[in-house]
Amino acid sequence: MALNNIWVFAQVANGAPTTGTLELLTKARSLGGTVSAFVGSDGAAVAATLGEYGATTVYATGDLGGKLPGVAVSSAMKAVIDGGNAPDLIIFPQSYEGRDVVSRLSVKLDRTVLTNNIDIAIDGDSVNATTPVFGGNVLVTTGFTGSGPHLAAFRPKSFAAESAGGAAAAVVAAPVPDLGATGGATVTAVHVEETSGPKLDEANIVVSGGRGLGEAANYEMIEQLAKLLKGAPGASRAIVDAGWVPYSYQVGQTGKVVKPSVYLAAGISGATQHMVGMKGSKNIIAINKDKEAPIFGIADLGIVGDVHKVLPKLIEALKGRS
Amino acid sequence: MNVIVCVKQIPDPATPGALDPSTNTLKRDGKLILDESDSYGVEMALQLVDAAGGGEVSLISMAPNGEVSGMRTALAMGAAKGVLISDPALLGSDALTTAKVLAAAVQRLGGADLIIAATESSDGYTGTVPEQLAEVLGLASVTFAKKVTITGGTLEAHRQTEEGYDEVTCALPAVISVTAGVVEPRYPSFKGIMAAKSKPVEQVTAADLGITPVGWAGSGQAVVSVTQAEARAAGEIIEDDGETFTKIVAFLENLKVI
Repeated sequence: MALNNIWVFAQVANGAPTTGTLELLTKARSLGGTVSAFVGSDGAAVAATLGEYGATTVYATGDLGGKLPGVAVSSAMKAVIDGGNAPDLIIFPQSYEGRDVVSRLSVKLDRTVLTNNIDIAIDGDSVNATTPVFGGNVLVTTGFTGSGPHLAAFRPKSFAAESAGGAAAAVVAAPVPDLGATGGATVTAVHVEETSGPKLDEANIVVSGGRGLGEAANYEMIEQLAKLLKGAPGASRAIVDAGWVPYSYQVGQTGKVVKPSVYLAAGISGATQHMVGMKGSKNIIAINKDKEAPIFGIADLGIVGDVHKVLPKLIEALKGRS
Repeated sequence: MNVIVCVKQIPDPATPGALDPSTNTLKRDGKLILDESDSYGVEMALQLVDAAGGGEVSLISMAPNGEVSGMRTALAMGAAKGVLISDPALLGSDALTTAKVLAAAVQRLGGADLIIAATESSDGYTGTVPEQLAEVLGLASVTFAKKVTITGGTLEAHRQTEEGYDEVTCALPAVISVTAGVVEPRYPSFKGIMAAKSKPVEQVTAADLGITPVGWAGSGQAVVSVTQAEARAAGEIIEDDGETFTKIVAFLENLKVI
C-alpha cells in the first residue's frame, strides 16, 4: 500500500528538534508521499529545521501552558484528523512524550500501536514494523491489519538523520481543544539535571557500572574512568533502582540507547533489559567475575575478573598517560 | 482513599523467554509470578492508603488459565481483594484491548481515587497500557512518576523526563504509572501470606465485562515473521591475572581512542 501522507511527532528540546525527530523525518521521506511534522509547541522556531529534513508542513499546537504532551498533543492531532486531514501513518520517537502521545491517540482513533520498533517497511499491501525481542537476539516483524492511520514508535538511533536540503515547512495552527477531566495534570516546575562531559547518548565512549561494583561509593571509579576517556558514565537498571545513580544514567530498554565507539561494562552481567540499550556499540569491553555472564557473549574483549582489582589498575595506567 | 493497582503476572524472568511457534506470542503456559515492576505500585498504594488513614487497595490482573499466584503475592503484601480477567478468548489481545479490559475491571470495582500501573511490563514491554487506560476511563494521568504524595484530593508527583524531572500536580481521580525504585517494596510476612489465601479474587471473562471483540479478532496487528538477529562475532575472553588492564589499554590504543 502506498503511504501518501505521513506525520512525524516532532519533539523539541532547548528550542530545536531532537536528533530522534530528525531520524524519523529522514525515514518518513524514504517511505514516499508527503511528510508533515506535528509539534506540541510553537512552530515558527522549528519550521526551518523540520523543513530541511523533509517536512513540508508543521502542525503546531503552540505553547501547551503546562499541560502534559500526551493528552494535549493527541487531542490536537485528533482534531486535525477529524477535520479531514487524516494521514496514513504517524510515527513517534520511543521517548516519554512519544509514548504518552501515541498511547492516548490509539484510544481516540481506536487503532493498535506498535512500539519499540527499529525499522518499518512497505511490503505489498501491508505496512510492517520490526522490533527486537529477547535482548535483541530475535527480530519480530508485525504488520498492521486494520485501516489507518497506523501508529508506530521507534527506538532512538534506529535510522540515520540526513538533511534533504528542503525549504522551511509551512506552519499550520493545530490548537489543543478543551481537555475536560483528562487535562487535570499540570506541570508546575521543570528541573534539569546538569551533567558535565558529553551526553550519555551522544558520547563516543561510555563506561557503565552495575551491581558487581558492590556498593554505591564504588561508582566513583566509573565516573573517574569515564572522565579519563573523555566519555560518559552509564549504569545498569539494577543500580539505578537501588538508588546509587539517577535514572538519567540508565542504559537499556527503559533507559538510554547508546551506540558509542567503545562501551565498557564493569560489573554488569548483561540482562536483556541492559543489552538492548548497548548492543549496537561498535566495540564492547566487559569486566565481570562470572565467566558465564551473558555480557561475555557480545564482548569483543572480556575480562573474567574482579572489577575492584581491574578498575583501579586501569585508572592508574590511564592517568599515567594523560 | 481507594486505590486500584494493575498487576501483571509474567513468566519468571530468570528463565529464558520463548515464543510459541504456532501463535508467535510469548509463552505464558508455565507458572507465573508477580512482575517485579508492579511490586512498586502495590507498595506505593499501601503507603498512600495508610497515609490517608482509610480505604483499601484492590488489584486487577489479566492472565491465562485462572492464574492467581502473582496476585496472591500482592495480596500477601497487604492488598484487600482482586479481579482477575482470565479468558482463552483474550489470547492475542493487543495493548489497546488490554487497556479496554482493564478499564472495564476498574469500573466493575466501582472506580477508585487513584489507579496505579508500572511504566511497562517486564515481559512484553509495549509500554502504552497505563496511558491508554487513562484515556479509556476519561481520566487525567501522570506517567513515569518517581515520587508521589497526596494532599486532600490533589496528587503531586515528580515525573521523569529526558533531561531531569518535572513537578506535576493533578486532581484525583487519576491514573499514574510509577518507575521502579520509587519505593522499597515490603516482603510479605508469614501472617500476610496466610491471610492472602482467603482474600477474595473474583474471576471474570471478557464477555462478563462486555468487551468484544478481543484476542486475535480485536487486535489490529499480526506477526509477519520471526527471524534471528545477526549475532556478534565472539571476542577474546581472558581470565584476570592482575595484568589484564594492559589488554584493555592496548585495545583502546588500537582503536586510537587514547
